[in-house]
Amino acid sequence: MPVQAQIESTLNEALAPTFLDVANESHMHSVPPNSETHFRVVAVSDAFAGQRKVARHQRIYGLLAEQLAGPVHALALQLYTPEEWREREEQVRPSPDCLGGSKAES
Amino acid sequence: MDIMETIKEQVESNPILLYMKGSPNQPQCGFSARTVQALMACGERFAYVDVLSNPDIRANLPKYANWPTFPQLWVNGELVGGCDIVAEMAESGELETLVKEAAAAQQSA
Repeated sequence: MPVQAQIESTLNEALAPTFLDVANESHMHSVPPNSETHFRVVAVSDAFAGQRKVARHQRIYGLLAEQLAGPVHALALQLYTPEEWREREEQVRPSPDCLGGSKAES
Repeated sequence: MDIMETIKEQVESNPILLYMKGSPNQPQCGFSARTVQALMACGERFAYVDVLSNPDIRANLPKYANWPTFPQLWVNGELVGGCDIVAEMAESGELETLVKEAAAAQQSA
């Protein structure tokens, strides 16, 4: 299964999100075409209620530990409760431009 | 010193500490760049560690922090978050409050 589909099905199953958008942003980075290395996830779920931001992110990292230990190099997360999502008027924050770090690393 | 001890010592002795890729003047990753920009906008001094030139830290901090990616902002020995959380806190003004309080506590200590 492609990594994107793995992420979608894992999060759908674990969080029952009212909104989920998993975007493959690998093309914005210095990796080969059709890579699955950089993702941005926007998830809205009641499952985040009462949880601090760090704990929400750590929960996702736990759910996607296999992917993060493997092909996934960057995972931007925007995690909201339905109420917070309404308050921010369903605005997604775009990811920053790549600065070529993965080239500098190799 | 054991690498986990080194990390513990770093986060506990630097009230505002950013683990990032590259340096504040030359970030090597867009997520690190956005985070350091938000932090600099708070106008307080902070410490940083470039994980690209410290491979041991890069390999072990994710385990210590239970956080797999960089950047990571630590304030008063606690993980505040990565780029997404820092950007959200900067938008809401929470970041400046947190950073200014940490800097003021350091000065009076």
